Amino acid sequence: MLFPPKPSPAPQRVVVTGAGIVTALGIGWRVNAAGFRQGRRAFRPVTLFDVSRQRAKVAGEVDLPAALPPTRLSARTARRLNRASRQLLWATAEAWQQAGWEPGEDLPQVLGTTSCGMECGESYYRQALASPASQRGQPTRALCYQGQRQALDVAEAFGFRGPITLIANACASGSNAIGHAWELVRAGRAERVLTGGYDALSQLVFAGFDSLQALSPTTCRPFDAHRDGLALGEGAAVLTLESLAYARRRGAEILGEIIGYGAATDCHHLTQPHPEGDAALRSMQETCARAGLSPEAVGYVNAHGTGTQLNDAAEARAINRWAGAHAAHLPVSSTKGSVGHLLGAAGAVEAVVALMVLREGWLPPQPLVETVDPACAFPLVREPREAKVEVVLSNSFGFGGANATLLLRRWP
Amino acid sequence: MSGIFVRGLGAVSPAGWGVAPLLAALRGGEPLPVQSLPGPMAHRTYPGRTVPAPVTRPNWLAHPRLRRASAITHFALGAALEALGSSAAPPPSSPRLGIVTGTHAACLRYSERFFGEVLRDPPTASPLLFPETVINAPASHLAAFLGGAELTYSLIGDQTAFVQALAVAADWLLERRVDLCLVVGTEEFAWPVADALRRFARGLIASEGAGALVLAREPGNGPGLRLELITNAHLHACSDTRYAAAHALRRDFPHESPRELLVDARCGVPRVDQAETAAWQGWSGLRLSPRAVLGEGLAAATAWQCVAACAALTAREADAANVSVIGGNQQAIGVRFAAGLPQASLQDT
Repeated sequence: MLFPPKPSPAPQRVVVTGAGIVTALGIGWRVNAAGFRQGRRAFRPVTLFDVSRQRAKVAGEVDLPAALPPTRLSARTARRLNRASRQLLWATAEAWQQAGWEPGEDLPQVLGTTSCGMECGESYYRQALASPASQRGQPTRALCYQGQRQALDVAEAFGFRGPITLIANACASGSNAIGHAWELVRAGRAERVLTGGYDALSQLVFAGFDSLQALSPTTCRPFDAHRDGLALGEGAAVLTLESLAYARRRGAEILGEIIGYGAATDCHHLTQPHPEGDAALRSMQETCARAGLSPEAVGYVNAHGTGTQLNDAAEARAINRWAGAHAAHLPVSSTKGSVGHLLGAAGAVEAVVALMVLREGWLPPQPLVETVDPACAFPLVREPREAKVEVVLSNSFGFGGANATLLLRRWP
Repeated sequence: MSGIFVRGLGAVSPAGWGVAPLLAALRGGEPLPVQSLPGPMAHRTYPGRTVPAPVTRPNWLAHPRLRRASAITHFALGAALEALGSSAAPPPSSPRLGIVTGTHAACLRYSERFFGEVLRDPPTASPLLFPETVINAPASHLAAFLGGAELTYSLIGDQTAFVQALAVAADWLLERRVDLCLVVGTEEFAWPVADALRRFARGLIASEGAGALVLAREPGNGPGLRLELITNAHLHACSDTRYAAAHALRRDFPHESPRELLVDARCGVPRVDQAETAAWQGWSGLRLSPRAVLGEGLAAATAWQCVAACAALTAREADAANVSVIGGNQQAIGVRFAAGLPQASLQDT
């Protein structure tokens, strides 16, 4: 039963035993780690739809192979998968294999997305206008547009069942999803949860950000004093979370531990953060309080850092206020300069980046930043750098004032 | 023993603004009239049931956040304010308020309008519309109007998204993340929804509106309605059929008695209803089917089911109410509400 829950044991420690990642840098941990470590940029002219009349022309498009990873999906089902489903499937396959999970009857899935299967919604709209009487392909497009379809595809592909929760908190969705999954395991509601986020590029969303003049017509440079906007990307990231006790029982390799999650709502404006970053500050403070850690324990911050004037200024102030004197020694960077803003997938992809930092001992740089915004009281990572970090904090903020923060710890 | 209590109810539906017109329509039992609603092409209309304009323009529409907001936000706010107003609850500006919305089609009216502009002339597509297309816009406006919220989630899924929102709210309350939680199911009519529904089953009538429940850990001064259980989620788009999921759902509910109410998700279209009809065969208690009267309001209609169930318990028409939701293409899931305090709480007193 979803409610009432079983009597709660003492709070469980929550570990990550599998991680899968798909971005414009490539598919899989290895290629992404190599790219993020060097601060490689993966933008190219948009080919998925017409951008000739938009201000911005590039995005972080994923090169998706024609084949899919081996799963239980029928050939017929596999043929109708859209771009979002395919990316999510690749990320899940990597995480699933790494975790060594077996199918089960009660495995919850918590995913974040903001566009769902928008590509299919757009196709549906076009055909409904062009050939209103034609039924051809329309039911499939209507189904694949819906967010639950991608989650059901994953469940079917890997042979498990359980409650599906889809969180659509705009660009914080991925972090909220991982945070919610963390809470389920921590509270003893589930021993393991499949979680993450996904979003594929779509014409509506690209044009939307362009209409707001939020896309950079030059180069996306988060925290640069002369930044002029964000770049969109696409992708997916999936984590297998389980209680430490469960992971130990089955002898699983542990990639890292999630030790805190916090969220806050910014009511300042639908699309603009509070200029002082009040809600971002509350989100970071709550996360650390739940983990029982002070800012001094954090060794690196993976910032939301979109590259827009308003976001980066507010986030910089929030980090300064939260870290206090520690800010001067706290390395911060945004990986959106490498792969773009992945919207509902951003928080999940950045959680995997945090795991890479913890396991491999490097910090992701932003080599194209020329003049760091003076609002940054912290050192912005601009060159590839080795560093042994114990705790990483990852921020995600979204339209509508959705703010979420995750705290991850190195597994010894 | 801790419990979760329903402290307030609110509804906006094709029957009107408020719980009272919703209940009156359900008591009447007759399907509401169907309108022919315009789509993008002059010669083509879509059947639907829309929310009538409020008798007087609500003052809250003057709030700066709501000037451009779409109907889905207006419906959510109308239902939420009624639920909070009837909740004998702490002021809405309480810093420990949680908000969870559940929706299926989300902000589709502005989305289709904005995408139409993009296809016609991308450089002139309106930047005023785009932010309102984002799924969490209604929840964001609710939080802003109420003066803040501790936690805000927007959930999507099939018709069952509202039940999952109840489950998240109950978790937050039990974990003491919030003291009061507003749970809203909200939808707006848009021609693509009506167009898509007719492709799956002729006779399905799209409708719109919202329903809201306020949940808390204490019963307050209200009638002490309890959220007694939320069933397992029975996926039915994988290998199982809707039949198996619907039967499994019924088995999740405890023993049934004649003094119980069933509020089901049947919409009056036999092909769509057959799994649920078969699963609940032999039910001998009272029964309501809000969708058959109001239309397929997706997650909002599930919220109406819950509002109707709670209202019946408040009116002492039943001792307990089972809400059965066989979603269209995700899962079957149910909720049970009961009147009175839980046994352990009674012993405590």
